[in-house]
Amino acid sequence: MNPETRWETFAHEADIGVRGSGATLSEAFAGAATAMTAAICDPAKVGAGDTVNIECTAPDQEMLLVDWLNALVYEMATRHMLFSRFEVTIDHNHLSAIVWGEPVDVARHQPAAEVKGASFCELAVRREPDGRWLAQCVVDV
Amino acid sequence: MDLKNLKQRGEFEWELPRAGAMRVPGVIFASRELIAGMDEKVREQVANVASLPGIVTASYAMPDAHWGYGFPIGGVAAFDADEGGVVSAGGVGFDISCGVRTLHTGLKLADIEAQKARLADRLFARIPAGIGSTGGIRLDPAGMAAMLRGGARWAVEEGHGLDADLARIEEFGCVEGADPGAVSDQAKKRQRDEMGTLGSGNHYLEVQVVSEIFDEAAARAYGLAVGDVVVSLHCGSRGLGHQIGTDFLREMVLAAPAAGIALPDRELACAPLKSALGIRYLGAMRAAINCALANRQILTHLARQAFAEVFPGAHLPLLYDVSHNTCKEETHTVDGRKRRLFVHRKGATRAFGPGHVELPHEYAHVGQPVLIGGSMGTASYILAGSAGTAERAFGSACHGAGRAMSRHEAARRWHGRAVVDELAARGILIRSSSSRGVAEEAPLAYKDVTAVVDAADRAGLAGKVARLSPVICVKG
Repeated sequence: MNPETRWETFAHEADIGVRGSGATLSEAFAGAATAMTAAICDPAKVGAGDTVNIECTAPDQEMLLVDWLNALVYEMATRHMLFSRFEVTIDHNHLSAIVWGEPVDVARHQPAAEVKGASFCELAVRREPDGRWLAQCVVDV
Repeated sequence: MDLKNLKQRGEFEWELPRAGAMRVPGVIFASRELIAGMDEKVREQVANVASLPGIVTASYAMPDAHWGYGFPIGGVAAFDADEGGVVSAGGVGFDISCGVRTLHTGLKLADIEAQKARLADRLFARIPAGIGSTGGIRLDPAGMAAMLRGGARWAVEEGHGLDADLARIEEFGCVEGADPGAVSDQAKKRQRDEMGTLGSGNHYLEVQVVSEIFDEAAARAYGLAVGDVVVSLHCGSRGLGHQIGTDFLREMVLAAPAAGIALPDRELACAPLKSALGIRYLGAMRAAINCALANRQILTHLARQAFAEVFPGAHLPLLYDVSHNTCKEETHTVDGRKRRLFVHRKGATRAFGPGHVELPHEYAHVGQPVLIGGSMGTASYILAGSAGTAERAFGSACHGAGRAMSRHEAARRWHGRAVVDELAARGILIRSSSSRGVAEEAPLAYKDVTAVVDAADRAGLAGKVARLSPVICVKG
């Protein structure tokens, strides 16, 4: 991950918010994806041996963030994988990404909760006054 | 929540008067203390739900209401299709038909004390729980469609349980009108190896002991006495339901403007009940309800197998099964007129009162069992739907304790191992593969479930019947 890309989880009464920020929209989306992994387990414990390609298109940037996170939820659920590295390219509300991860290892990853889906709650994609991009929403766990 | 915005109707009933875009008032059933502890977002969400087309009588919030998505968790709202009413994917949520099921065991606490650790180990070995776990059943397309149409009835026909179980499940184990064709391929793929799995987060299987009886007559009807060991499990429609929620939330958000619906919050995504999208969602959501009922039926069968290994000959009949994230078509009397309404219960339990035609005959005189999950270190409760509850909130009550703090904060405050050790010292055995998962579900991370059920009781929604204290908890 680009060192300029940052991520964090934030509190929501019942669930967890995920937030990414970076110099570009793509970096902010990558940060939000790392934050979603952090909602499940420590991202530093997730290897990057396998890759998956993801594509999505949406009518606007906020819907694109929801679609991106939901695409990751789907890949995690059906492949029984966790992801730790995200290379995202966004062009005119079309996202293409390569993501790196590995199969779930319960003993090593200690996953706390599975993400059921990304919601529209606290959803925001915007450029901050300092020029950095922010991408966030609450995920249902 | 600031009480000054509310008008007190009774000790446990508060009105949020109509204002702005609200078509009906809001009504919150709770004590003064519980309301004071609710986030302002709950008021905002109750008001937003009240603004949706075709809403009938009021937008309700149960005593455990907290900040959800679109609808508050603990929200109840009914819509009339003939008055432009809507069905809301956000009003049902991602975990469609998440619910609680309780089984009798025929055992007393003294019977299991010596075998408690072995029982915990056998349950943990039998019940697939946590991220990455898979069930032993693989469904081909025809099998998937049969499961989505048949629910628990399908599961029993496949050998996972007994015919007698079906009488003790809402809709007798199978909701009509499910449309497997309305369920996306992605949703079906997510479910391919998740039949008979518990999930993670706040989902659990607990062995509990009846620690107090509040209503002898209802307890007798439900077959409960102090010292009885019961099993309760809390889970839902797994990946299939989650994906249906995801699919339709997006579609309804995008379709709302063309349907003339102004959404105050995108998470309230909805579609007219009579629209093609509304009808398709109802078909998919009902399929997800059946998936949840089938899932809990399979888990019941696995729990029975685990018990039989430790207590040969043990018989575990079903007490009842409730769902608390649903939209159901029901008949209700409004202003003296019988109407077919679509009742959304998001984190709220159906709680039909005595005499309701949809209750098993042995429970009809005391009302529907209302199964309330607590946290793994405190207590769960069984309530009975109160007389007159149909007029109060379309026959609904609370569903659980609700979180007192975020998962983030809980994981920061506690370590899973310490939580497990502390509970073990109190005689409660935890089995989980995730230490962080246990920390996030620490007992103090939840609100006091007793205050919630007391409020439901005093508000006349559902009366307290029994308290259940945890003995063994299997978590994902």
